Amino acid sequence: MSKELFVAVSGQPNCGKSTMFNALTGATARVGNYPGITVDRAEGYYRKNDDNIHLVDLPGTYSLTSYSMEEVVARNVIVDEKPDVVINMLDATSLERSLYLAIQFMEIGVPVVLGLNMMDEVKKKGIRINSQKLSELLGVPVVECIARKGVGKDKLMEEVKKVSEERKGLWKPVNISYGHDLDPVIEEMKELIVEHSFMTDRYDPHWLAVKYLEEDEIIIANGRELGSISSQLEDKVHEIAAHIKKTKDTYPEAVLADYRYGFINSILKQGVISREDNLRFDHSDKIDMVLTQKFLGPIIMLCVMFAMFYITFNLGAYPQGWVEDGFGWLSSTVSGLLPDGLLKSLIVSGVIDGVGAVMGFTPLILIMFAMLVFLEDLGYMARVAYMVDRVFRMFGLHGMSIMPMIMAGGLPGGCAVPGVMSCRTLRSPKERIATILTAPFMVCGAKTTAYILIIGAFFPENPTTAMFGLVVLSWALALIAARLLRWTALKGESTPFVMELPPYRIPTLHGVAVHTWDRVWQYIKKAGTVILAISIIMWALMTFPQLPAERVAQFDQQRQTIEQQSMDWTGTKDEINDKLSEALSEVDFAESQATLQNSYAGKISDAISPVTNLAGFPWQANISFIGAFAAKEVFVSTMSTAYSLGEEDPEEATPLQAKLAADPAWTPAVIWSVIVFMMVYVPCMVTVAVIIRETNWKWGMFSVFGSMGFGYILSVLIYQIGTALGY
Amino acid sequence: MSISLRSMRKDQQGKIVAVSASGQLGRRIRDMGLVPGTEFKVVGRAPLQDPVALRMKGFTLTLRNNEADFITVETED
Repeated sequence: MSKELFVAVSGQPNCGKSTMFNALTGATARVGNYPGITVDRAEGYYRKNDDNIHLVDLPGTYSLTSYSMEEVVARNVIVDEKPDVVINMLDATSLERSLYLAIQFMEIGVPVVLGLNMMDEVKKKGIRINSQKLSELLGVPVVECIARKGVGKDKLMEEVKKVSEERKGLWKPVNISYGHDLDPVIEEMKELIVEHSFMTDRYDPHWLAVKYLEEDEIIIANGRELGSISSQLEDKVHEIAAHIKKTKDTYPEAVLADYRYGFINSILKQGVISREDNLRFDHSDKIDMVLTQKFLGPIIMLCVMFAMFYITFNLGAYPQGWVEDGFGWLSSTVSGLLPDGLLKSLIVSGVIDGVGAVMGFTPLILIMFAMLVFLEDLGYMARVAYMVDRVFRMFGLHGMSIMPMIMAGGLPGGCAVPGVMSCRTLRSPKERIATILTAPFMVCGAKTTAYILIIGAFFPENPTTAMFGLVVLSWALALIAARLLRWTALKGESTPFVMELPPYRIPTLHGVAVHTWDRVWQYIKKAGTVILAISIIMWALMTFPQLPAERVAQFDQQRQTIEQQSMDWTGTKDEINDKLSEALSEVDFAESQATLQNSYAGKISDAISPVTNLAGFPWQANISFIGAFAAKEVFVSTMSTAYSLGEEDPEEATPLQAKLAADPAWTPAVIWSVIVFMMVYVPCMVTVAVIIRETNWKWGMFSVFGSMGFGYILSVLIYQIGTALGY
Repeated sequence: MSISLRSMRKDQQGKIVAVSASGQLGRRIRDMGLVPGTEFKVVGRAPLQDPVALRMKGFTLTLRNNEADFITVETED
């Protein structure tokens, strides 16, 4: 068996790189994360006959600069992990731009094999590409491929083996001429670099000089740590930059790009391409004439979103029910097996119910992601971003922010968990974090139960209007909060919208399945770890300290008394039994209310009441808000416990609504204070866990405390002003 | 004649003369292939007139009007 090769698969976005990667690795692909960032790292093996080739899928990038996470990752994998060969997939339908990345790999010097993808589309368009000629001119192997059908994958691997045997790990950087202004400077800088062995263990001297001219932030920052050579190099760059500015009114990096494209063009013109496809109108343009049309475009977009939403939550309700039933069965089986006591309570209420509530979302996430991945691979998401960008920009967000907002509950009934996870489609870090932090303000399915309770109690005449008003309010608050964030904690220029509208292509089933499963699996892993820990903590807070023995004895005494009294009751056996169980459950509820008030959660509620009193929360709402951090549905169930009612099912809280409506503590100022706080105050623990996963601990904590602060300020204002005005 | 990309109408064709952006924006523009000499056609504008979509080098590109300000083009008419 030959030595295992390590091969990186690279390419520009939408070039079919991942499709080829999937075709090569088949079922062996596994996705993880690069440490500390959310860029996916997919790895797998190509196995055929004796070959065992280890492949890593680099993130899609247009170039190898240091501006985006993807570019940095792609470059670092090349420089630090030194793959034996890089396979660079090219979209042959836009060859000129595709070669831009290929040239940069060749400049670094790593052995490259080019995969000329989408050859079927090229032929359909009547373009002829001479791949043999291209290979000769560039001096690297070129393999014609159709990734969707797996065409060319074995040929690619053969070339990979051949190249790795020829080169034996030797890197041969290709030096392009950058013209009479820059070439001499590059030469001088190169000499300086070689003379002092400046970072030469990591980079090629010529390449390093070019990166200094490009003012590559990461390279320069690394260089500065190593001493004075860096400042000498920077001086040279400033000198030539000033010269170019004066003589040509441009920048060194612009000159570098011009020469790279010039080099590419000179190659393409030597008989590689027979006819250019430059401005030709194709089927994607025809589709776009409808899908992005001024009036039709937005209407179709709303329909698509509504359909996604509808499918997710209606179709998803069935598997969600099965998962919940499964956990329900597990929960009742385990409680039947274990003796009463703390261990049973921990395992059933803490572990099974806590994790079960979270796992119930899995089918929703699976369905939603499948559709989202489909729309993204199809090329439609880029159009959506294009259409709404103007509006979202006013609030400091990006066109791409719309999807997470909708998913999180922009149409009521959504869920912030898939919403936050779908923020991955956002490439710009600041807009992405602003979206992640504000999407949980939306009216998710769990909050809907709380609002139905409140609306039913206080706005029984026109519930639909009230609900609609709340949804509009949540959008307004999210957008305003995003604007505030972008003026403060996430200050900075908006990220350029220079973005490709990829041609519409029907995604492969395999590709959609693989991407969807990766994301769902990561969610499941999270549910099994962080969420398990949090739900145990929440359980402990609501269970300990336990009622003192004499209080428990009192309740037991009451139960015994009732049972004894029941002996003397008159009526049929059934009537007596009904009456008895009703009386007993009243005692049970009194006990659970007492337990709740006595628990740490109850004590915390008491402790914070001086603060929350400013916002006017009734004590029942106060304690419910604490529980609702675990899951917003808990608000209704805790309220019903706190109001000592037998209704545990949030769907059927009618008597609770009557009780609320009758409680004089709920003035209009209090109602709105509670509504707004509910909307904003803290994402549920599952969402927080996902936010931490998608960003880091810092932003997770910011999301908890920032939202809490924002919600608190709003609620205090509403309550104080409302009360002062006499509401 | 030379005008800013912002002022071009739908379906108009042009050729890039200069890109005056530096830094991240400049690099993004150039990485996508918007370099002097590139021919393109304005294929559409978003419902609120911004961003704008261009067809060039076999693909479609979008950018905002305030980014188009940095690009000077030469048009035929």
